[in-house]
Amino acid sequence: MTADAVTTPGGLLLPLAVLVPFLGMIAGLVLGGRNAQRVAMVTIVAGVAIALGIAQSMLQSGDTLVYVLGGFAPPLGIALRADGLSVVMMVAVAVVIGGIGVYARGDFGTPDGVREARAPLMYWLLLLAVWGSLNLVFTSGDLFTLYVALELLTFAGVPLVCLDGKGETLRSALRYLLFALAGSIFYLLGAVLVYGEWGTLDVALLAQRVQPGPVTWAAAALMTTGLLAKTALFPLHLWLPPAHAGAPPAASAVLSALVVKGSFFIVVRLWFDAMPALPGFAAAQLLAGLGAAAIIVGNVVALRQERLKLLIAYSTLAQIGYLFIMFPLAFDAGTGAFVRGEALAGGMLQAISHATAKAAMFLAAGLIYATLGHDRIADLAGAARRVPLSVLAFALGGVALTGALPSGAYVAKKLLLGAADASGQWWWALVLQAGGLFTTGYVLLVLSHALRASADAPAPRVRVRRSQEAAALALAACSLLLGFADVVLPGDLVKSPLDPGELATLVVTVAAGAAIALALGRRLPALPAGAALAAIGSPIRRATVAVGLLVERLDFALRHWHVAGLSLVVLTLLFAAAMSGAR
Amino acid sequence: MIEVFHLVPALLIGALAVYTTVARDTFAATVGFIAYGLMLTVAWVQLHGVDVALTESAIGGGLTGLLLVRASAKLRATEAAARAERPRASTRLAAAILAAAVSAGLAIAVLALPDPAPTLAPEVLANMGPTGVGNPITAVLMAFRATDTLLEAIVLLLALVGVWSLAPDRVWGGRPGPRYNADPDGILAFIARVLPPIGIIVGIYIFWVGADDPGGKFQGATIVAAMWLLVLMAGLTDAPPISRRLLRAGLVAGPVAFIAIGFAGVATAGAFLAYPDGWSKPLILVVEFALMPSLALTLGLIMAGAPERAEAASPREAAP
Repeated sequence: MTADAVTTPGGLLLPLAVLVPFLGMIAGLVLGGRNAQRVAMVTIVAGVAIALGIAQSMLQSGDTLVYVLGGFAPPLGIALRADGLSVVMMVAVAVVIGGIGVYARGDFGTPDGVREARAPLMYWLLLLAVWGSLNLVFTSGDLFTLYVALELLTFAGVPLVCLDGKGETLRSALRYLLFALAGSIFYLLGAVLVYGEWGTLDVALLAQRVQPGPVTWAAAALMTTGLLAKTALFPLHLWLPPAHAGAPPAASAVLSALVVKGSFFIVVRLWFDAMPALPGFAAAQLLAGLGAAAIIVGNVVALRQERLKLLIAYSTLAQIGYLFIMFPLAFDAGTGAFVRGEALAGGMLQAISHATAKAAMFLAAGLIYATLGHDRIADLAGAARRVPLSVLAFALGGVALTGALPSGAYVAKKLLLGAADASGQWWWALVLQAGGLFTTGYVLLVLSHALRASADAPAPRVRVRRSQEAAALALAACSLLLGFADVVLPGDLVKSPLDPGELATLVVTVAAGAAIALALGRRLPALPAGAALAAIGSPIRRATVAVGLLVERLDFALRHWHVAGLSLVVLTLLFAAAMSGAR
Repeated sequence: MIEVFHLVPALLIGALAVYTTVARDTFAATVGFIAYGLMLTVAWVQLHGVDVALTESAIGGGLTGLLLVRASAKLRATEAAARAERPRASTRLAAAILAAAVSAGLAIAVLALPDPAPTLAPEVLANMGPTGVGNPITAVLMAFRATDTLLEAIVLLLALVGVWSLAPDRVWGGRPGPRYNADPDGILAFIARVLPPIGIIVGIYIFWVGADDPGGKFQGATIVAAMWLLVLMAGLTDAPPISRRLLRAGLVAGPVAFIAIGFAGVATAGAFLAYPDGWSKPLILVVEFALMPSLALTLGLIMAGAPERAEAASPREAAP
């Protein structure tokens, strides 16, 4: 039995963080109608307070919080644990849920004269369920409890996709459900093998016991691939674009900002905590290679979208890739294990920056859609005049994602680049830089349309709910100001924005981003089929359009069921081979 | 002789798995799946996993089978179109090779597992005394890993919320599924009158013995839910409208009691879901008694499906 399986002061906050959202869901279901929203608001306040309480307890003790459930210590019983990673994720999720909750009051109010309406009731129940499931993901220290958390997260996330009740979104939801369940089964199969070999499912005990061997390689490969399917890492992303783009904005924000981070977090738990010495260098290169492919394909396809929500969904695809670049950078060649350090800090900071920025961007896109009645990027002219604060929120969120000062993504990038430099893996530094340029590209592309004056008579300013615009803006501001969190990090990472080097970087980034947007961005009139390619005068433009089309076709091919299914199996085999080859 | 006895179910499970996968007809595949579930039940009994066998037959084969039969009935119309969508031979060949490689890898892994397997079973037996229950599975599910059981009950509730979310807006709050009209003098109505009293007693028995012998609330609740569905499908009664507050209270009563007793444990026994000395068994029984009806109701309603009809009282109930 490990020394740390003893309940620490403040430990009771951990089961509360998991159960209070679920109690809110239960109360909302019984009371029904408008009460569900009221209960959700009260629960959000309580949940934020609990998350802050956990952070406070952790700062006081300076150590991992532990709660032994039922008084039975692992391996017989199960324990909840909150280390630094869990706590920052819990606080970030609480903030994002709070922002989305304020926004959703505008979209998911029960209409007058109706006792209870379907979509609002479902939304509030599912929002709380997503929150409880995520807190369980962050605090659970047991591979089976984590499986239950994955089940909860899937069942809470999938219905959010088809809240509008249209056939098309129902198809997206079913696609998501089936692929996510395949991921669950892979994970569960791996967990069963782990128990069969090591006789425990407790993460802390596994860290002491796990030795390399065929069973453990198979288990780790199955669990990793299953989790990647649920995270929608390239090429297992067939479900993400239609699901995230088709859902109502307040639901897209939850799915894109939060739900995919759950399975990502379990990959981190597995690779850094449960079996740090197992996967090895080759598997980490494979994982980050998929991330790099996600960055390139996601960004290029994002640039070629006609609709704003699909652009944001493909941007999520690329950003998910970004999260996996940290794995090889955290690999310590000396010990052959993954170590917690600057790379992991950078990766998690990137996850939080993306959560806040992406929530803001989806909410802003929702307001733009509600005002203009469409979200066609080419027809966004005049948007900045009609809904200035929403366009501002989108811009701030986008700028934060590009890694401009003083955003969280800036510090994350510095940390990751530093780790790449220290470990001599310059190729990942290239990928990180390229990712930032692409992001700048599509943010500029959208803004260049949204900031243009409309050709029609100047449309009147439309009043959208102030609280909704404020929520989107606040989330974008969070992401943009996250860089100040570096006070808790070692070193002097954030430089003055007027530093000549920083200014030069900014100018180069914007110029390169504009060039990318011009080269790869979709221009109107849209090209018909390939025949028209030859009609383009400029050979450079012809080449870039051809590249764009090619990447788009690759993405389309990979999003077929049988291709994605084969990819799932191939990746499992590749991970198992890479891990066994490390010995 | 014993070898043969074990070999036959193993071969049948493999054959049924292959049949279920290659069958082109949805209904045929479903039948294959149900038979596969029954053979798995036999295998679990042979492995002395009677609790797992009961769960497999009740939920894996039974309820899931019923769900699939009804889904395949609804898919009749699109069956031909789905069958026309056949991946290319090269894709199928690649899938076969890759699946064989994964199976081979898994076989190597399973054969490499340590023998005897590392197990927590002795530790469970050594520590289950204070819990007062005689069935080690129940000790794990209701004491050592009670939180997982609580969360699984919430998973089920969430699944029902997901099913309900598919309802058309205009019938929100209404009754799930179609109104079944069976011949009141037919065989279905006859069985629906005769079987439930027996089935309910069997369900409650399986639930009751769960504390000390194989059985438990999930399996018992499944049997009771099946009896309710039988009465429903025979047209003898109608499903309640989902807007009824009493119905919703019934759905959450079990999980709420579980959570309440869990937090009471913080005050009385020093930890969430800990039981004070000497109170283990009575509290476990209280939780199980509260959970059983909620689980039966939740499972039954998941099977009944999303609301399809507005809340109007059914003709039979409206009659004086």
